[in-house]
Parts: sequence; structure tokens; C-alpha cells
Amino acid sequence: MMGFEKFLFYVFSVFLIFSAVMVITRKNPVHSALFLVLAFFNSAGLWLLAEAEFLAIALVLVYVGAVMVLFLFVVMMLDINIAELRAGFVRNAPVAIVVAIAMAVELLIVVGPQRFGIDVVAAPEPRPAGYSNTEELGLALFTEHLYAFEIAAVILLVGIVAAIGLTMRKRPETKYQDPSRQVTVKASDRLRVIKMDAEEKAR
Amino acid sequence: MIALSDYLIVAAILFSLSVAGIFLNRKNVILLLMCIELMLLAVNINFIAFSHFLGDTAGQVFVFFILTVAAAEAAIGLAILVVLFRSRQTINVADLDTLKG
Amino acid sequence: MEAILLTIVLAPLAGALIAGLLRNQVGKVGAHSVTILGVGISCVLSLYVLYLHAFQGAPVYNESVYIWMVSDGLRMEIGFLVDRLTAMMMAVVTFVSLMVHIYTIGYMAHEDGYERFFSYIALFTFSMLMLVMANNFLQLFFGWEAVGLVSYLLIGFYFKRETAIFANMKAFLVNRVGDFGFILGIAAVAMYFGTLDYAEAFAAAPQFADATITIWGDTEWSLMTVVCILLFIGAMGKSAQVPLHVWLPDSMEGPTPISALIHAATMVTAGIFMVARMSPLYELSETALTFVLVIGATTAFFMGLIGIVQNDIKRVVAYSTLSQLGYMIAALGASAYAAGLFHLMTHAFFKALLFLAAGSVIIGMHHDQDIRNMGGIRKYMPITHWTALLGSLALIGFPGFSGFFSKDAIIEAVHHSQIAGATYAHVLLVAGVFVTALYSFRMYFLVFHGDGPRHFEPHHEAHDEHGGAEAQEHHHVEDEPTPHESPWVVTLPLILLAIPSVVIGFLTVGPMVFGDYFDGVLFVAAEHNTLGAIEYHGVLGFMLHGVMALPFWLAIGGLATAWYVYTQKPEIARNLARRLDWAHFVLDRKYGFDEFNQAVFAGGSKLLGKFLWLVGDRAVIDGLAVNGSAHSVGKLAAIMRFVQTGMLYHYAMAIIVGLLVLLGWFVLRG
Repeated sequence: MMGFEKFLFYVFSVFLIFSAVMVITRKNPVHSALFLVLAFFNSAGLWLLAEAEFLAIALVLVYVGAVMVLFLFVVMMLDINIAELRAGFVRNAPVAIVVAIAMAVELLIVVGPQRFGIDVVAAPEPRPAGYSNTEELGLALFTEHLYAFEIAAVILLVGIVAAIGLTMRKRPETKYQDPSRQVTVKASDRLRVIKMDAEEKAR
Repeated sequence: MIALSDYLIVAAILFSLSVAGIFLNRKNVILLLMCIELMLLAVNINFIAFSHFLGDTAGQVFVFFILTVAAAEAAIGLAILVVLFRSRQTINVADLDTLKG
Repeated sequence: MEAILLTIVLAPLAGALIAGLLRNQVGKVGAHSVTILGVGISCVLSLYVLYLHAFQGAPVYNESVYIWMVSDGLRMEIGFLVDRLTAMMMAVVTFVSLMVHIYTIGYMAHEDGYERFFSYIALFTFSMLMLVMANNFLQLFFGWEAVGLVSYLLIGFYFKRETAIFANMKAFLVNRVGDFGFILGIAAVAMYFGTLDYAEAFAAAPQFADATITIWGDTEWSLMTVVCILLFIGAMGKSAQVPLHVWLPDSMEGPTPISALIHAATMVTAGIFMVARMSPLYELSETALTFVLVIGATTAFFMGLIGIVQNDIKRVVAYSTLSQLGYMIAALGASAYAAGLFHLMTHAFFKALLFLAAGSVIIGMHHDQDIRNMGGIRKYMPITHWTALLGSLALIGFPGFSGFFSKDAIIEAVHHSQIAGATYAHVLLVAGVFVTALYSFRMYFLVFHGDGPRHFEPHHEAHDEHGGAEAQEHHHVEDEPTPHESPWVVTLPLILLAIPSVVIGFLTVGPMVFGDYFDGVLFVAAEHNTLGAIEYHGVLGFMLHGVMALPFWLAIGGLATAWYVYTQKPEIARNLARRLDWAHFVLDRKYGFDEFNQAVFAGGSKLLGKFLWLVGDRAVIDGLAVNGSAHSVGKLAAIMRFVQTGMLYHYAMAIIVGLLVLLGWFVLRG
């Protein structure tokens, strides 16, 4: 009889793998993205089981809330010909399966129970009731890994600037005001006085 | 009790699936990016599992940074994708062969 | 003294530079005035120096003027060593040079490159003076190469003429062979004696008399023999001794004044001068002396023989020069340095005279040089005729003329020599006297006697006979039927050279050869003292002895034969040539030296060059190294290009496959 934790683990794992399969096999990228969201939720559950509560919440907030929304936004914004992109899907399937199975087998040989089983690596004692994962992580981040943390902050800033810089463009048809030109304007730019002969009165 | 190997096996399967995904959807850049996200997720699961079983927070700090970088990467990747689509009207990888010398 | 010597050297150089670099400014008259002025100053001062040394007993001057550099204790400097030998050479060089300068005004009057020519011969005078006045080996080498350079330039003076270019290339290459030996000899001197200075080297030499060196293998070589023979190889090149003589006959492509100055009187005697100067070294090696003697005697006789069959007037004189140079070299080999130098001096005068006379005839014949076309010229060119006769008599050694004393002294000295090869040399030199008389008077009779020119082409260039200076009178109106005496600028040097040709031997044989003129300058080992073995009782006694000796009668015999064959019975010569077909052929081909050199050395070099070009250059360097690497890179790139598809997923696949392989390796490793 397995414990409740183990049950949860299997549920999350099965859903995770299922949603991963769906991500890579769906025709419609929107569906793929939504299944990816599901995969993130499930892995957040797994992380909760591993007592990484802060990261589990962060994954949901950051990834599901921001990154995946961005994905969806882009997928929907771009006018993509899905059929063309799916071409060769069936033809590539055997190769993909063979490679995936080969890789899975190899990985399983390496990380299998004989190396990392419960009798090899003992499960840690559960944390006491007052334990705060967030506090623990915060302590580590802001002391030991402070410089790395600051660099990460700069990387994010650069990411923001780069993303904006890449996608920004001036639309010629857009009408907007240029304050610097407005203040340097002269009267002669606005008004032109011309001289002309008087015209004969029409009869 | 959940063993360390259980986490690792789930992560390995996830990783293999994302590799298969790269093969299957090799023309669609958006899906490629999603597969990469999946890969990173598999890696993160490994980190979390080891961190949990070895009682070391450094693993979680790593995950934190990977999330940061992955977010930045996704943002820039998608930005590139948008620019690419604007100039080429396609995101088909097969059409992106200007790297060829 | 230093100021005088510097002036002697630098005056011709200044003239050369002005005439050469400013030729467009100074013009023809300026060019010849300035060079003649330079050489004239030089000549007067040289005669003054000679006077000081010969009659005032001036001390030997040996000072360095300028230190160029000192490297590891080896001083390289410019300096002057002026003793009686140098003074004599300076006087001869500047005097003959001055005569040639004056003569050239007439000879080259209407040639292109008039200023260039004067610049060259003045430069030559400078170089030759540097050579003879050197007090160290380096400066000697400088002068040696500088005269070689000017010789090269002047042989190729008519640089539009194919044969002239060939001749000057030939002279240059043959002299390279000689100079290679020469510089090796100088290097050996510097290496073993540790100095380039004459006096120091000569002082050091006796310590090395028995030294041996190994060059390759285990064979021991006598150091002095090696040094002397190496230096002598240089002399062989410069003084045109067998087998490096081949360039001298061809050098007659140059203008005649040059043939007189460089290729008869002065430059070609540099080798004789050098060996005499090095007498303290040569006396230490009997092997080297034998080598010198044999080479000299061989050249003297066999080159004279070729002179008999030549038809070009200048070539006859050229072979005569070769032969006479052989006499001088033979004298050196017999340790009769004084006799060799004495012959050098007399020869300088009478051979320059003969060349200039030949040039005068050539002017008269409108640049036709074939003696078969000439004849009876004595009627039209009396001064040329008489001076040429005097020169010829001096050349064959007619008693009383300068050549008589010098040649007799040489033959006697060789007769008394005890070293190996002396007998061989003596026989050849005595026989050479007959040959000399034969070819000299063959030429004389063919050119000056007879009824008139056998073939005469009137000048086709239009010249105004009555207008213009006297100097131009030798140019003719179109239909002038006969040759015409040359202008005074041509005949004056002839007369001035004829005087010493006749009298200098009579005047100077006593002190120079048998007296003490060269005491302290030339060094003769006691066992080699061949000149001392000759009994000398005054000039008249020497003449009397000479008249009764074999060489005199051989000379008379040669003269008589030439007279009989070439004026009385010309058919004898033709018959003889037909009968002795093979001999004529051999002589006409000059023993095949040219053909041999052309085939073996020139052809061999060409083959080697072609081989190196095809195999070394084209196959290995071009083919394998340069193009080969380029091609292999290109081919490799062509293969690698297929890998670079530009498709992102190919790259991704490569990464994944690589990951798989690495993982597999990791798993299998355990």
C-alpha cells in the first residue's frame, strides 16, 4: 500500500508526461501551449512534493502567468500556416521515436533505481512545521549568491530591453507629435507672405 | 516513500519527449521553443530532486537562475520570432537557410 | 704626401662624376675637358711621385686614410701603400690613360654616348689607381671589382649590339669565377693571418710557411699553396690566363680605346701586379709558383698560335695580348717578378700603341676590321704606319726596342729557374717568340703593305670635308676612294706612346730588372733568384748577348716568314691552311674553349636551372606547397560545405546526436 504522497507523485507524473506528449503532438500550437501550461502545473505539484514550495509557486506565477501567456499571445498574433509547418511530421516520427527511446533508455540506465533508489539515497526527514522554504532560499540568495542574483537581475533587464528593441518599429502611418520640433519652430515656417499683382476684375 | 530515482526517471522521460518533440516539429519555431522550455523543466526537476534529497539549497538557487534565464530567453526568442515573421512572413525553419555560407 | 696621393686618386673620380652625372649640362667638350683635366693632374702628380721614389729615394709611404670598420679585431680601411712598384704602376696607368683620353676625342667624335664613355674611362682610372695604391686586401678587392665593373660597362658600351651584350656577359661571368677564387683567397688570408693589411700579412706569412689545413676529407693542404693558388685564380680571371681567358678576345666588342687601355695596358695586368705585390706569399709555396709558371707559359704559346689565324685586326692584337700576359705570368712563376713587371710596363706602352694604331686603321677603313680587306695603308696613313711598325718591332722583341729587353729577361729567367715545369715553360716561351713575330708581322704586312685596300667601302654618312675643325677631317665625303690619315688627336697619342715603346726598355732595364729599383718591394727567396743568375754587364752587353741567342733568331725568322708568305707568295698561306686543315680548324675554333664552356657550363647551368625550375619551383614549391595546400584546403572545404546546410534543425540534430553519443559513452564506460 503506497502512501498518499506516492499517489500524488504518480498522478502528477502521469499528467506531466501525458501533457508533454500532447505538447509535441498537437497540430495546433495553441493547444500545445495550453498543454504546456498543464505540464507546468503538474511539475509545480511535483516540486511541492519535493518541498520546493517557493519555486513551485514561482513556476506557476512566472511561467504560467507570464511566459506562457506571451507564447499564446505570439502564437495567436502571428498568422501561421499550420499545415505547412506540420509537413514531414509523420515522416520524422520514426526517427524521433527511435532517438527518444534511445535517449530514454540511456538516461534510465544512468539514473535508474540501482543508482538512485530509495535504498541508495535515503529520503530526507520531513521538514518541521515552522520551516519556511522561502526564507531559506532568500537567505541563500541574498548572502551566498548575491552577485549571481544581481547579474540575473541585469540579464532580465537586458532581456526586456532587447525584446522591446527588437520588436519596436516606427509605423510611417502613425501620427504623433514631436515636442523637440514643436519648440524649435519659427514663424517663417508657419506663415509665408507673398506678393502678387492685383488681378483684373473679372467681368 | 518517493525515491530520488522516481524524480529522475520522470525528468528523463520528459527530456526524451522534448527531444522527440524537436524532431517531430522541426519546422515550427514556436514549438521548438516550447520543447526547449520542456527540457529546461526536466532539468529543473532534477535540480529540485537532488536539492531535496541532499538537503542543499544551492540546487534551488540554480533553478531560480535557470528560470530567470529561461524567461529572458523566451522573451528574446519570441521577439526574434516576431521580427522574423514581420520580415519573412513565415516561421518555417526550412526557409531560414541564410546561415549557409 | 697624403694630399698628393688623394688628389691623384680623386681627380679622375671627380672628372668621372662630372662627366657622368652632369653630362647634359657640360656637353661633349665639357665632358672630355673635365676628364682629361682630372687624369692629366693625376698623371703629372704620378710622374712626380715616381720621380721622388726613383731618383730622390723617397721612403715607402704606408698609411691608412680612413678606417671603414673594425670587426672582431679585423680592420677594414682605406689606405695607400706607395713604394717604387706602386709609383711605377701609377705612372703607367695614368700616362696610358691620358693618351687614351686624348685619342678618344678623335675616335669617338661622332658616336653616341660620348660623355658616358669619358665618364667610364675616368672612373676606370680611379678604380685602377685604387687597386694599385691599396695597402690592404679589402681595398685591393674593391679596386679589382671596380675595374671589372667598368670593363663590363665598356665591353657592353654598344649596348644595342647583341654580340656586345653577349661579350660583356661572358666577361662578367668568367671574371666571377676568378673573383670567387680571389675572395676565397682573401678570406683565407684574413682567417689565418688575422689581418687584411699587406705589411702585417706579409710579416705573418713566414710563420705559416709549413702550416697545413684540411679543407675536406683528411687530405692535408699546405696553407700557403692554397692561399696563393686561390689568389692566383683571381689573377687568372682578371689577366685572362688559360682557361679563364675566353672573355678577353670577345671584349674587343668594346670601343678600341678601351681595348687599348683596359684590355691591353692596364686592367688585365692587375693580376700580374697583384702576384708581384704578393711575392712574399708566393715565395713560400713552390707548388703555387709551378702552377703560375705552367699556366703562364701555356697561355703565352697557345694563345699566340690562335693569333696567326685571326682575321679581325683587333682580335689579332687581343690574342697577342693574351700571349704577352702569359709571358708576364711565366716570369712571376719563375720568381722573376721584376722581369714580369718590366714586361708589364713595356707591354703597356707598345700594346696600347698597337691597339690605338689598329683603331686608327679602323677609322681609316670606316670601321671595317677585317685585315683581309686591308692592304697598302702605309701610303695613306704614314704616321699610323710608322708607329705601328715601331710597336710591332717592340712586340716581337727586336733588339734595342723595349720588348726585347723585357722578353729576353723573362726567357732567361725561366731558363734559370729550377722549379718543376720550368723546362716545359722555357720551351714554350722560346717557341712563342717565333709565333709572336709571325702573327705580328702577318698583320703588319697584310694591313700596311700591298697595292691598296682589297676591299674599301666609302663612308655613307655625309660629312662636310672642308667645314668644321681639323679633328673632324678624318671623316670623308661620300665617294672618297681611299683611307685617310687620322686627325692629330689620334696620331699624337700614337707618337707619344711610340717614344717609350722604343726607348723605355733601353733606359730602364738596368735598374729595374737587374738593379736595385725593386729592392725592399719584391721579395725573392734565395733559391728562386733566377734574375740574379743572369749575368748582366750593362745594357749593351745584354743586347749583344741577346742577339746571339736563339730567341732573337726565332724572331727574325718569324718576321722573315711573315714577309715571305704574306707579301711575296700569298698562296703559300692558303695552301698551308688547306693542307693542315685540322690544325687550322683547331686554331680557328680557339681549341674549343668557347664551345666547351657554352656546352658544359652554360648548357649545364641551363639544364640545372631548368631542372630546379621544373622540379624545385614548379613541382615542389608551386605545385606541392603553394597550390597544393590551396587545393587541399579547397577540396576539404568543398566536402565540409555539404555539412553546412544552413538549416537550424540540422544543427540541432547534430547537437542531439552528439549528446546521445556522449551519453552512450558515459553509460558504457560504467
